Amino acid sequence: MKLGDVIEILEAKLLAGDERHRSLDVKTAFSADLMSDVLAFAKAGSLILTGLTTSQVVRTASILDAAAIIIVRGKIPAEETLKLAEELGIPLISTRYILFETSGRLYANGIVGCVEKIGGTANGAS
Amino acid sequence: MNRSYEKTFSVEGGNFDNAGMASIEIKKILKDLQISDDVVRKAAIAVYESELNIISYARNGHITLYVTDDAVNVDVRDEGPGIEDIELAMKPGYSTATEQIRQMGFGAGMGLYNIKTCSDRFEISSTVGEGTHLSIKINRNGQ
Ligand SMILES: Nc1ncnc2c1ncn2[C@@H]1O[C@H](COP(=O)(O)OP(=O)(O)OP(=O)(O)O)[C@@H](O)[C@H]1O
Ligand SMILES: [Mg+2]
Repeated sequence: MKLGDVIEILEAKLLAGDERHRSLDVKTAFSADLMSDVLAFAKAGSLILTGLTTSQVVRTASILDAAAIIIVRGKIPAEETLKLAEELGIPLISTRYILFETSGRLYANGIVGCVEKIGGTANGAS
Repeated sequence: MNRSYEKTFSVEGGNFDNAGMASIEIKKILKDLQISDDVVRKAAIAVYESELNIISYARNGHITLYVTDDAVNVDVRDEGPGIEDIELAMKPGYSTATEQIRQMGFGAGMGLYNIKTCSDRFEISSTVGEGTHLSIKINRNGQ
């Protein structure tokens, strides 16, 4: 799925990044509010779904080469977080859906988890 | 690449505003050295977790990156409280993180475990009241 479709499905806003990011291809996602969990399980090229809005989310996404950050529950990050996302080239998206709904809507449209379960089979790109 | 590369970064304890900046720079250096994506990702995660631990728990520290033909080596040294029970600290889920650290999204108690998982060789030693030392090696040619 293209990032542009993700934005449409989630009725979301692209807060950092430009039009060219809309054509990014995404297949996997990981939802978490603890960055070390993201670092342990998320794969490069994944969407990171989170309720956090600090600059650490952007730095974590950059370390992982994540495709984009999706901030749930309509939160809008501080100006410095947006600036950092622009600087590091990480698209930042905000949706008003709650985390459960955001995950469910993406899953229903073919996005799968980075990992299905712990100790289980890896899904999607490795 | 036929020569080795070495660089040391200073990390200031308590400086949460810049948390992760040294790691992002190290990651860029490794990419520029044309190291494979998988090795860069493992090294970046290990350095990032190490940097966050210095900022979260120590007064100050140094991260030395040393790249050879065979491996990416990272040496992390800090001056700080040290770790009393290393075995306990290594356990996934164990954390003494403060509210401030948790608000940033850290404190899962996964950091040291993540570093170990990303490393082909990992050594940790610590002296209470003095500081902590991590030695990380990631092989460049698979395992
Ligand atoms: N450099 C250090 N100096 C002193 N104590 C440390 C240091 N690094 C880790 N610790 C101790 O070990 C615990 C576990 O560290 P670890 O990095 O695994 O998890 P965390 O930092 O608590 O959370 P996370 O890394 O998942 O965000 C810490 O909570 C802290 O008590
Ligand atoms: Mg940690």
